[in-house]
Amino acid sequence: MNITLQNLTKRFPARGRKAQGETTAVKELSFEVPDGMLVGLLGPSGCGKSTTLNMICGLETPTEGKILFGEDDVTALPPELRGVGMVFQNYALYPHLTVLQNILFPLENLKGKDRPSRQEMRRRALETAQLVQIEELLDRKPKELSGGQQQRVAIARALVKMPRVLLLDEPLSNLDARLRLQTREEICKIQKKTGITTLFVTHDQEEAMSISDRIVVMRDGILMQQGRPQEVYDNPANLFVAKFLGTPPINVFEGQVQNGQLFLGDVNVLPTTGVQDGPVWVGIRPEGFLPEANGPLTCGLNRVEVLGRDTSIVCTHPACQTDTLRAVIRSDQEVDPDSETVRFSLRPEKVFLFDRSTEERLYGQGAGPARP
Amino acid sequence: MDRNSKKAWLYLLPSLLLLGAFLIYPLLDVLIYSVEECYNFASQTYEGLGLYNYAYVLHDPYFLQAVENTFVLVIITVPISTILALLISTALSSIRPLRQLYQTIYFLPYVTNTLAVGLVFMVLFQRTEYTDGLINLMLSWFGAGPIDFINGPHWAKMFVLCFYTIWVVLPFKILVLTSALASVNEEYYQAARVDGTSKTRIFFRITLPMISPMIVYLVITGFIGAFKAYSDAVALFGTDLNAAGMNTIVGYVYDMLYGDSGGYPSYASAAAILLFVIVLTITCINLLVTRKRPTD
Amino acid sequence: MNHSESTVSKQKARRRREGLRSALTYLFLSVWAVVVLFPFYWMILTSFKSYGAYNGEHTPVFFTLSPTLENYVNAFTAVPLGGYLLNTLIFSLITTAVMVVVSTLAAYAFARMRFRGKNLVFGLFLSMMMIPTELVVITNFVTITDLGLRNSFLGLILPSITSVFYIYLLKENFEQVPDELYKAAKVDGTSDLKYLWKVMIPICRPTLVTITILKLIECWNSYVWPRLITDDPAYFLVSNGIQEIRENGFGRENIPAMMAAVVVISVPLILLFLAFRKKIMEGVSRGGTKG
Repeated sequence: MNITLQNLTKRFPARGRKAQGETTAVKELSFEVPDGMLVGLLGPSGCGKSTTLNMICGLETPTEGKILFGEDDVTALPPELRGVGMVFQNYALYPHLTVLQNILFPLENLKGKDRPSRQEMRRRALETAQLVQIEELLDRKPKELSGGQQQRVAIARALVKMPRVLLLDEPLSNLDARLRLQTREEICKIQKKTGITTLFVTHDQEEAMSISDRIVVMRDGILMQQGRPQEVYDNPANLFVAKFLGTPPINVFEGQVQNGQLFLGDVNVLPTTGVQDGPVWVGIRPEGFLPEANGPLTCGLNRVEVLGRDTSIVCTHPACQTDTLRAVIRSDQEVDPDSETVRFSLRPEKVFLFDRSTEERLYGQGAGPARP
Repeated sequence: MDRNSKKAWLYLLPSLLLLGAFLIYPLLDVLIYSVEECYNFASQTYEGLGLYNYAYVLHDPYFLQAVENTFVLVIITVPISTILALLISTALSSIRPLRQLYQTIYFLPYVTNTLAVGLVFMVLFQRTEYTDGLINLMLSWFGAGPIDFINGPHWAKMFVLCFYTIWVVLPFKILVLTSALASVNEEYYQAARVDGTSKTRIFFRITLPMISPMIVYLVITGFIGAFKAYSDAVALFGTDLNAAGMNTIVGYVYDMLYGDSGGYPSYASAAAILLFVIVLTITCINLLVTRKRPTD
Repeated sequence: MNHSESTVSKQKARRRREGLRSALTYLFLSVWAVVVLFPFYWMILTSFKSYGAYNGEHTPVFFTLSPTLENYVNAFTAVPLGGYLLNTLIFSLITTAVMVVVSTLAAYAFARMRFRGKNLVFGLFLSMMMIPTELVVITNFVTITDLGLRNSFLGLILPSITSVFYIYLLKENFEQVPDELYKAAKVDGTSDLKYLWKVMIPICRPTLVTITILKLIECWNSYVWPRLITDDPAYFLVSNGIQEIRENGFGRENIPAMMAAVVVISVPLILLFLAFRKKIMEGVSRGGTKG
């Protein structure tokens, strides 16, 4: 079942006495969640991703635009008729019901011919419980469960009515770091096993990158970029996406293009053609730096952090937008930690140029991959 | 109006209807009653509008007696009950064993029927031809003469009424102050003890300021409650309070409305509004006085 | 005297002072406990004394050697105390039940629903908390009389139902239930009424129990309204019933029988209190008012 959003817009009336007009939470958003895929909707908080999710599940009505599930236009349907399962950020488990009763709850709401028999309900609840491996916890109350277990119960409750679409709102944000890793694999596994079209919302790019088949990046209610995680990482469409994806984050420099050459400060670092002369933003991924005795880029060396598999070099450069920049190099490449400076050459496919004012990507030859 | 709005109003409808009929409409109506002169309850007619009802009430010796009684009651019971409650709850929070038991006992008067237990007080204080009653027995141990507290001199009756009122209002005050005391952070006390502060000083410089909002609350509600005293008096002296000279303002209102002397809703309304004005004034003064305090 | 000895004696003195202080505290608390409990003791004691024995005591006696149940028999046969109790029970149960339903609906509307004018209406509700009963009782008396509802349960119950304070208390409690639960229920296709019944009410049961008990106590002890609206003893509640007993019942001198009636009236509430002590005290300290 594809989910298709067409020009989706949501405006809220302004809050407070003094505020005038409306605030636009989501603006002309269009994208598609292909059948059976796990898609991460990614963006900083307040970017409209939760509003988008609420519109897809039917808790909010779009101001403009359409939502299609497959061929069905569900824009005007109430949530219960859409066939969506939703997992909430704080799980929203009913505290006075046991795990089993929580899982049964959605089934008991079904009416008429959709309503399964008691036995069938129970069978389906147990089956779902098995799928998320909580069979032993069925008689417990939510507050007797750990965060991870509550999460599974919430997923079971969302899945039990066999929804066409599964929606997860910040599914991992309430778990500690170790559980987070484990649970995200779990979600991925369950999604693959059921083959259900799944959309999840997160502000954590690592989380989105690690398990999604596709990611959709949003900012201020506007779609920034979508695609396979690696694609988006390797080929960001604008400075925002480039900065938002990747840990450690991309290093941003003030640069200058002159006569097919890219300058950082006075130093010519890369040849680049097809980009108009003028000032640009230069984004260099941490892995784009290669230590080289005669490299063109000279940086002040702050410290060297040995992490085992690779080495992180913290250094400074006058053209850099931040106080320090971080390069990540393979551990077999040596850098003298006592030296004052370190020299790098750059890997062209890890260097991206952006327009100074629009912050849109500037494509040319020599820096970054070509326009996709 | 959209569907959701309609549903919300539907949920509110029962309470809105009841409140409208029995709270808002009466509030407006009582103002009208109070200015309708010579209202006849049977024919529901009146002769004119004016302040005659107020003038009548203000010149009625029964009303003046009721006002006097009420003020005496307020002036005596509010300070005494508040201070007593403060003493008791401070003592309560300084002990550990038996605390629950004492707390439970002290709360008992709150859940008892004022009318019923008032009867017990009457029996304890009353002097009849058969017996002088228990209180007089105790007085005699100290050589004091028998006094009829229920049908005797006015001051004696006032004493019983005040005593019973205090007995009835204390549970609430003790409860509120005990929970206020319990919510004072223990660290303040520890800090004070480290500095070697004496217990009295801790009480006056730390405890009292910390719970002062609650004390203010109790004083204000205490004033309001005492001004509305009525059933305590009925419990002790019977329904004919005017004859006993122990009527209160609220009692006067009800007597005007109903009973042997009743049938005058206009006078009752005027008296009720006068009471409301008195209570409002006192509450405002209270608020003003207490608001000034923290700035000094 | 060396240093350590003086410390020891100082400590001893302090311990003695502490002991004295705590003894005085207990003494003080016990005195008040006796003042509170004594009327209860006296009413129970008197209720077990026979009429003759009681009136024969010129000096009151603190105990009885020949307890009798005769007064309790009298309380139910000579005066219609059973009827008063039944009336009060009916009045209290119906009033409380209707109050809980009405308040729950209103509180839910305020806590969970979006509608135009909500803040205005809620503000109006809050300001209604300040209206004193004494003011509105006059018109209510006239209204009920005009409707011909004097001496009827309807007349007793109708004006006693609504309590703005309980609506407020419930609304506050409902608002503490996370919004997500409501959204989750919506996604599962739960109607508002079903959500209220299956989720809100079970979660907020402690508060509902508290307001139920507080309202029951209030109903059981209500005096002014029943007295105004009923003059037919068939509709008397315990409060005006006991007043009637006192003035026209056993004859003014049969104190033991009166005390038996008082005991019968007081016991249900005291039992209720002992059973729900924590809830009642917590509820009252959250804003009940009396006195």
